[in-house]
Amino acid sequence: MARTTLGQEVLTGGEATAHAMRQIRPDVVPIYPITPQTPIIQTFSRFVADGRVDTVLLQVESEHSAMSAAVGAALAGARTMTATASQGLALMIEVLYIASGLRAPVVMAVGNRALSAPINIHGDHSDGMLARDSGAVQIFAQDAQEAYDLMVMAPRIAEHAAVLLPVLVGQDGFSVTHSAENVSLLRDEEVQDFVGPYEIPYPLLGDRPSSQGLFAMPDSYYELKVRQAQALEAAEQVFADVGRAFALRFGRHIGAVEAYRMDGAERAIVLIGSTAGTAKDAVDALRQRGEKVGLVVVRLYRPFPHQVLAEALGGVERVAVLDRAVSPGTYPPLYSDIRAGYAGPAELRSYVYGLGGRDTAPEDIERVYRDLLVPRTAGIRYLNLMGEDQHGES
Amino acid sequence: MIEVRWHGRGGQGAKTASHVLAVAYLKEDKSVQAFPEYGPERSGAPMLAYTRVDDRPIRRHCAVTQPDIVVVLDPSLTREVPVTSGLRSDGRLLLNVNEAEADDEAAGTYPGQVLAVQADQLAREAGTRFPNVVLLGAYAGWVGSPSLDHMQEALLEVMGHLPEKARSASVRAMTAGYAAGERGRADG
Repeated sequence: MARTTLGQEVLTGGEATAHAMRQIRPDVVPIYPITPQTPIIQTFSRFVADGRVDTVLLQVESEHSAMSAAVGAALAGARTMTATASQGLALMIEVLYIASGLRAPVVMAVGNRALSAPINIHGDHSDGMLARDSGAVQIFAQDAQEAYDLMVMAPRIAEHAAVLLPVLVGQDGFSVTHSAENVSLLRDEEVQDFVGPYEIPYPLLGDRPSSQGLFAMPDSYYELKVRQAQALEAAEQVFADVGRAFALRFGRHIGAVEAYRMDGAERAIVLIGSTAGTAKDAVDALRQRGEKVGLVVVRLYRPFPHQVLAEALGGVERVAVLDRAVSPGTYPPLYSDIRAGYAGPAELRSYVYGLGGRDTAPEDIERVYRDLLVPRTAGIRYLNLMGEDQHGES
Repeated sequence: MIEVRWHGRGGQGAKTASHVLAVAYLKEDKSVQAFPEYGPERSGAPMLAYTRVDDRPIRRHCAVTQPDIVVVLDPSLTREVPVTSGLRSDGRLLLNVNEAEADDEAAGTYPGQVLAVQADQLAREAGTRFPNVVLLGAYAGWVGSPSLDHMQEALLEVMGHLPEKARSASVRAMTAGYAAGERGRADG
């Protein structure tokens, strides 16, 4: 059998994602280089300028316009991708809801970063959480390899007839977007063959005339919104199917949830994104000392894989849910999502960490596992918050 | 795992050096990471970059706080920045020093191994103004890995977009640095 993967290279998550875009060869990529932009668009623009991909790179006057152009292009019948981060995603949000409502399968790479104010350019999940009710499929990568693989999977999820929704592939700002590490790319032709041609049921430029963006009054709006929500729910199965197809072909399996050393675990952490690797190092260190701890990493965030997550948690006794975002006035997003759908026996606790790029080391993760040994009252605990004893040290 | 911290000034090539070292180690089938520490970007301002190397896959995405090796690209930085902060006491400190400067002064009270290289001068003699390539060579010669061949291949890959003249000057500078590093290893 011919090799489907190339040798390893040292690439940032941003560069690896740009390679995925080059190999997918989208017809249109509307962009606006707001600050902060990511190496994704910087690298992809160079590929276009060097003639390595024949995408129409549409430079517009704002992220709002970039998303608007993306919706138009996708509905016209062009495979459309874009990338953004932080304030850029915030500005796109209005039109992202429209993309979902119009069932425009735009694929977006997001370098997940803090939101202003105060101004900050570093990684957290605040921007991504802005999009959580937009109706888009949301996936978060752990590292550069996953950011690449998920980007290759994304068009098949977005464009699936049962889904037809935007897909956001997130990677943590700086710790993945700007951090170079070992990445194995697929061959160009393998990616193109895996992704296949762009097909949507009613392209504006197709043979069957259609209208898009219509008015829907109380007699129909409700039904359309429920159908849209059902399409997002359908994306969970599609994600699993595309993940299996990817694994079968390329040997790397990426599920909605990853359970790491959960066999016999009594205490577990659940989190999203690049701190997963740091937490795995902490789990290994504690397991070596005989402590029964495990980790569950959530990759598919919308639709939320409640059932798969509950299965991953199994018979664990205490769970720390680590959020890299807040939802002022209530519990943070990931914790709330798990709380809403989890009927298992474990006690769930909420922790916030890493806002605005605050570093989270394996020792910090070990402190959370230690904290889980001690009875606690409800409330949110803040990891590594300066000036307050919120470390969970007892 | 080996963790390396690069101290430079904006524009001196600390980020490039961290990347070249990672690419060179990849050629020896290592798992690597290279990343800069981002703040307000100003030419000349002190900045940091990091390289991680391991035989096993590197999974963590957190800061390097206790490096095994520190490389200082600018002689004046040792007076401004606590370059040995967190550096393991049994680690290595690789310094770019001026001709006139005594290296024991620049190294302060650091108890680990220290190698001082006149990287600016060696770079100039080779026809480049960048000390980072000299120090990459010195690193390989002093630490004993990666090999000079792999370091040079990595350099040419990362600097592939530069004109031939700049590339050959960089290779010469790296070779000179390697010789200085090997002498340090023999003395150490």
